[in-house]
Amino acid sequence: MHELSIALGIVKIAEDETAKVNADKVTKIELEIGVLSGIEIDSLNFVWESAVQNTVLEKAEKEIIVIEGLGKCIDCDNEFDMENIYDCCPNCNSNFKGILKGKELKIKALEVI
Amino acid sequence: MCGTCGCGTDGNGPVILKPGEQTLVHSHQEEHHHHHHDGHTHAHDHSHSNDQSHVHKHKVLEIEQDILQNNAVLAARNRGFFEAKNIFTLNLVSSPGSGKTSILERTLSDLKEEIPFYVIEGDQQTLNDANRIYALNIPVIQINTGKGCHLESDTVYDAVKKLEIKNDAILMIENVGNLVCPSMFDLGESKRVVIISTTEGEDKPIKYPDMFHTSDICIINKIDLLPYVNIDVNKLKNYALQVNPKLVFFEVSATTGQGMEAWYKWLKENRV
Repeated sequence: MHELSIALGIVKIAEDETAKVNADKVTKIELEIGVLSGIEIDSLNFVWESAVQNTVLEKAEKEIIVIEGLGKCIDCDNEFDMENIYDCCPNCNSNFKGILKGKELKIKALEVI
Repeated sequence: MCGTCGCGTDGNGPVILKPGEQTLVHSHQEEHHHHHHDGHTHAHDHSHSNDQSHVHKHKVLEIEQDILQNNAVLAARNRGFFEAKNIFTLNLVSSPGSGKTSILERTLSDLKEEIPFYVIEGDQQTLNDANRIYALNIPVIQINTGKGCHLESDTVYDAVKKLEIKNDAILMIENVGNLVCPSMFDLGESKRVVIISTTEGEDKPIKYPDMFHTSDICIINKIDLLPYVNIDVNKLKNYALQVNPKLVFFEVSATTGQGMEAWYKWLKENRV
């Protein structure tokens, strides 16, 4: 359950950023999570409540922007949608690809007050 | 960012132990809780100035910060330290029971006269693995992660400091037995080695793709059990290559020593 680590990492960043601008709390947090990032969004949601307890994020609205996977085949240059990290190129079946999108795991924005 | 942060307050944080020593060193130094901000925070004032009676102090901070950034920064520091001292560092990952410690024991026993080794053992509890390595006269540090399911770069940094590693050595970091969580946490290693044994399912690479995707080497252990187990090694390799076409395989038995020579050859050739 590394989602707890991730949630606590998010709390740490939010605490730091809030302190930097002398704000009291976060009213909204926007996260960008790629489908290939290794994070289960359900698990993150599950641990969220206990992770944010007594922190600046306790009352914050959480918005998760899910980034779909996009790969580019190294052999034939075809760009294709990826659901799994092991998806091969649908054009030439090659396993060699670069992942263009879907590995994101970041805090996009915080709305503080 | 620690596995169970609140560390130091709830006693669940990682603990660093050295066999033969009673002292406990708690791992989290100040820097761990310090972030490097490089001024990319943009504060936008969203006050509604046309509404005099109702001035909000809402601000949107577009921070665009990678959640794993802290771990990545400290991993980079570890990597720089290893490179400067010419230390070849391997991060060994697998499910519990694949034989990480047995492969380590065999490798260390066979090569310790030729190569200086150091070991960091990661487990949730006990000094058992560190004691097995200590019995071979190899300097070893045990990290107990408590409730944490993986090692992170800050704890490894602390363990490395305590190990006092000499130049031109090999550092083996045995991660917590877990095929999921350790995949996301760079420790600053030179290469990541995933170990799978013939008693596991051949479709494990696609069931736990992240670990195989982020590894450089795949050791298939317990190869001596092939006559007794129902596994198709070629199928296993094909699944693994589907996830990561660059994986390099070694088929070994830590018990009988079968196949270990090829692994040793790779170690010696790559440590420079």
